[in-house]
Amino acid sequence: MKLFVDIIPLFVAVPMAGAFLIALVARKIKWLPALITNIITIGLVFVSFFAVKLINIHKVLVYDVGAWKPPMGIGMVLDGFTVFMLTTVNLAAFFVAIYSINYVERFTSKWKFYTLFLFMIAGANGVVITGDIFNLFVFLEIASIASCSLIAFGTEKHDLEAAFKYAVMSGVGSLFILLSIVLLYSYTSTLNMADISNVLAQKGPNNIILMISALLIMGFGLKAGLVPFHGCLPDAYTSAPAPVSAMLAGAITKSLGLYAIFRIFYNVIGMNQALSSIFMFFGALSMIVGVILAIGQWDFKRLLAYHSISQMGYIVMGIGLGTPLGILGGLFHLFNHSVFKTLLFLNSGSIEYATGKRDLQKMGGLSEQMPVTSGTCLAASMAISGIPPFNGFWSKFIIIIAAVQAGRYGYAFLAVLASILTLASFTKVMKYAFFGKLKDGANSVKEAPFLIKLSMTSLAVICITGGILLAPGVYEHFLKEAVDVILEGTKYSSVVLQAVLK
Amino acid sequence: MKVYLLCLGLFCIGLYCILRKRNIIKIILGFIIAEYAVNLFFILAAYRMEGRSPIFAPDAKIVNMVDALPQALVLTAIAIGLANVALLISIALRIYDKYGTFDITKIRELRG
Repeated sequence: MKLFVDIIPLFVAVPMAGAFLIALVARKIKWLPALITNIITIGLVFVSFFAVKLINIHKVLVYDVGAWKPPMGIGMVLDGFTVFMLTTVNLAAFFVAIYSINYVERFTSKWKFYTLFLFMIAGANGVVITGDIFNLFVFLEIASIASCSLIAFGTEKHDLEAAFKYAVMSGVGSLFILLSIVLLYSYTSTLNMADISNVLAQKGPNNIILMISALLIMGFGLKAGLVPFHGCLPDAYTSAPAPVSAMLAGAITKSLGLYAIFRIFYNVIGMNQALSSIFMFFGALSMIVGVILAIGQWDFKRLLAYHSISQMGYIVMGIGLGTPLGILGGLFHLFNHSVFKTLLFLNSGSIEYATGKRDLQKMGGLSEQMPVTSGTCLAASMAISGIPPFNGFWSKFIIIIAAVQAGRYGYAFLAVLASILTLASFTKVMKYAFFGKLKDGANSVKEAPFLIKLSMTSLAVICITGGILLAPGVYEHFLKEAVDVILEGTKYSSVVLQAVLK
Repeated sequence: MKVYLLCLGLFCIGLYCILRKRNIIKIILGFIIAEYAVNLFFILAAYRMEGRSPIFAPDAKIVNMVDALPQALVLTAIAIGLANVALLISIALRIYDKYGTFDITKIRELRG
């Protein structure tokens, strides 16, 4: 039973060890950092798949760090929701790592990029896997400090400005989160998430919970970039190197913001009608405001950044509904968004690699010169706008059906509206970037190198076949486990505390 | 109760600095103040009236001790805060190199 429990800390330990190893050897052997990063990320993907299989058998596994039993010691919890997030994060990280091999050539100190990249993965995996709320804060900070430095990696004017904004905003978010952790600790006298849930259930409702909830929503909202708190995200996504934007949009905001918010509100504090309404309101607001701001953009990456905010709105609205179907739609959209938004940012990076441009008005006719980029971008655009066979269609469809079933017709209408506006703005992208006439001086543009093409094509294949995760036989193994964990609500505490004793 | 309110006041001063000041260095100082306020609050939340230091001796009874755990946690939080501030300051230095000013109203090339 306890045989495979030792794989749990690997998700954090391996990338962190790799980061330090790279920092040690990189000056001697120039090609080693890229190799180490790719081996580690592909290894993490396989370990995540193995963890999915493990969870199908055992449901919940708890690893005691340093052999101190939770709730006294720090526990690492592996359950359905965790493995779902681990798979999403590590899959995105793997494709971005392949892509980076070619893309990072232009920077001077490549090994620093790979070191910070691995720290970012370690932080994101740590947030997802830990069962201790202060440990969650520590991993959150590892990931956000690494991502701040990566945004500033180009050290150009804009990069620095965006990185400063991002660092201040995410720092303030962390302070709110730390303050809420302090309040939670002084109210419950424990830091283990399962135990906190247990104590809260015994003590009953109290006003301090409202204060903690408000602080948590502000803190994690800043990390996730939901609409009232989205100020720094478009700048950061626009200025960062393309692989970093892809990682931020595909993995970091999801595990740092959305995963943490839903884990804490559903499994620790406990969901109620008021919180559900708040989430749905924030979700719908992000959805509409994000897409409206996106339509007018001419900078490709800034457009994608606003779409990222909009799609996060779908996820929050879906999971905030609280019905089984809504949660399924939200989680599935989380996975899909991670795939197609990573792909879109990689496409924008590929165009920037080939032409050095980000402005849509200055592109045009690239589909002949760059067939692979154009084709994969078309697949991703159709996925994000919800065209039927692609994965984005299924998840948006489920969210809309769930909203209708719950009697929330207004929210369902907003979701459809946002989807139509998304389609409109991606039609614009395809028209200006890839179709039409070639601009002067663009005849010499070449398609990006092999590894960039490989990474983009694989992601496009996932975009097309993603709907298979809903097929009977696959659904039970991956998505259903995650949905079940969220649905069980505060029973999480007894499930985890029993798993500790085994 | 008064000390908690003072802590809250300190936190608000920090937030005010972050939101209202134009100089990057002052924004960083505001961030540091807010962070110290949270750390101080954490220590205060662990304090017990008339408490003694949490050292376990064979003849001592486990009563009236202050809570030792937050002190360990605050050390971690301080170290993280240091990393955050170091990052902010190094970015600020680079910004000064590029723009030649610390005034954020003049460092606004990204918008829209």
